Amino acid sequence: MSQRDLAIRAEGLVKHFKDVKAVDGVDLEVPAGTVYGVLGPNGAGKTTTVRILATLLRPDAGTATVFGRDLHTDAAAVRSQVSLTGQYASLDEDLTGVENLVLLSRLYGYAKPAARERAADLLEAFGLSAAAGKQVKAYSGGMRRRLDIAASIIVTPKLLFLDEPTTGLDPRSRNQVWDVVRTIVAEGTTVLLTTQYLEEADQLAGRIAVIDTGKVIAEGTPGELKSSVGAGSIRVRLHHADQREHAQKVLSGALAVEVALDDDPVALTASLAPGLDTAEQGSHVLGELARAGILVDDFSLGQPSLDEVFLALTNRVDA
Amino acid sequence: MTVTQTDTKSDVDAPAPVEKEHLRRLLATGERPAPPSAFASARAFAWRSMLKIKHVPEQLGDILVFPIIMLLMFTYLFGGAIAGGTGEYLQFLLPGIMVMSIVMTTIYTGMSVNIDINKGVSDRFRTLPIWRAAPMVGYLLADMFRYAAAGAIMFGTGMVMGYRPEGGAVGVLLGVGLLLVFCFAFSWVWTWLGLITRSEKTVMSISMSILFPMTFLSNVMVDPATMPGWLRPVVENTPISQLVDGVRGLFDGNVDSVSVLTTLIWSAGFVAVFGFLTIRAYNRK
Repeated sequence: MSQRDLAIRAEGLVKHFKDVKAVDGVDLEVPAGTVYGVLGPNGAGKTTTVRILATLLRPDAGTATVFGRDLHTDAAAVRSQVSLTGQYASLDEDLTGVENLVLLSRLYGYAKPAARERAADLLEAFGLSAAAGKQVKAYSGGMRRRLDIAASIIVTPKLLFLDEPTTGLDPRSRNQVWDVVRTIVAEGTTVLLTTQYLEEADQLAGRIAVIDTGKVIAEGTPGELKSSVGAGSIRVRLHHADQREHAQKVLSGALAVEVALDDDPVALTASLAPGLDTAEQGSHVLGELARAGILVDDFSLGQPSLDEVFLALTNRVDA
Repeated sequence: MTVTQTDTKSDVDAPAPVEKEHLRRLLATGERPAPPSAFASARAFAWRSMLKIKHVPEQLGDILVFPIIMLLMFTYLFGGAIAGGTGEYLQFLLPGIMVMSIVMTTIYTGMSVNIDINKGVSDRFRTLPIWRAAPMVGYLLADMFRYAAAGAIMFGTGMVMGYRPEGGAVGVLLGVGLLLVFCFAFSWVWTWLGLITRSEKTVMSISMSILFPMTFLSNVMVDPATMPGWLRPVVENTPISQLVDGVRGLFDGNVDSVSVLTTLIWSAGFVAVFGFLTIRAYNRK
């Protein structure tokens, strides 16, 4: 991939805080015009990586360019192309929604009347007009998130960092944020999104880097990552807890894999072997359970969870 | 009944859905205004600071009430003992106590900077393509307004108590102007401290332990001629004493140009040294 098609190229980024290696040699290549997901658990180094790339932190080692501009020697040029929506709302909580946007519009160079107009437009587009005159400290989590993203596109950035944009949001607010991200990337902005949720990365990202203890441990499209881990899993919740051992035998017989008993006393989970058709296996298993006279309350066929992807990837690194 | 109430509440609180078409149009404009000048960005931050005063007016309370308490307390408590009468003492004390109380309120700037830097909003400011010093200069510009207000209130209270400036209106305005210049310059010490310390409480305790001796070891309350010989040269040459001499001279119509000049030199020094340290700390955060 040529330098020009890359929004971000980072090589060997390292950042230590005292004895903690927050980022320990991260390489990234983010293609322009896409959503790139950085997936990992709390403390993996996602936020530190984003802060380095957004010029907020200087790395101890390594280099990175944003659209070909060096983070260190050309920070001002980088800043004029990126926006950041941090993990905690990057807003002034004492000010109202409209005051925040007017202030930032002024700082982007809009004259006062134009700044007011831009702020009102953004509030309307984000469904926040009714709350425009309220102090941000009175906003709900979902509203803050929206205002924060609105602030990030006062001037349409070439690259937008979204650090865990849906952590702590209810499902409705989460879906709205996802819609916003899709709209933003459709208009040509590159988005680098960090998340703890595989589902979110799957829904939005074209490529994903999985990060753990400051290192990228896997990189690829969501499909590639999932198929590298397995075909997914079948989870069954039984009507009667005393049928669980019976169900375990039936399932492991039908699928020829080990079946784990969950902490939930009526549930069990089977990880499917890769390469088989998940849907077919599901129907087959459901039939077998019915034949055995086992009553099922809930039956789900799932893609691998972050836990599974994650455990599989870390195990492979260790092996 | 309860259900109805809950519904009404959530309808008010829930924001309207995002309008995707509208959002698309806003993104597509691709407007890129020219970045603001250094002064325009500092002015925007000053406006932010004024908005904070509007939303949290309590913060103005200490800043305006504290100087009045200082003025009343020192005049009537010590006037008789130090100068043999409160009226005469007020004539000596007012310029000095004005310097003391306003210089003491400069620490709020450092605390504000520290509060900002520990919050997410500072991340946004630092990723903007603007003059790096703008947030701090913005605070200081808004603080000039606070200091001028505190100065006016102290002066008004002093007049009611019987203070009469021999230097007239011009002398008083120039004196307050000199005080504001010094406060603007001196505040850079606290912006730097605000950036390198962990919490606003640390800023408060460090700055207080500097300011208390610095303002009391001066000619604010008493004439240094009454002090022991070894202490006198020290007290007479601190920046605070020089500033008090300058302001007092202007108020009294008996201008001490050496003190005024020395104060301006100190001010330039504070801006040069601590302005540099502040920006360096800000960039390294």
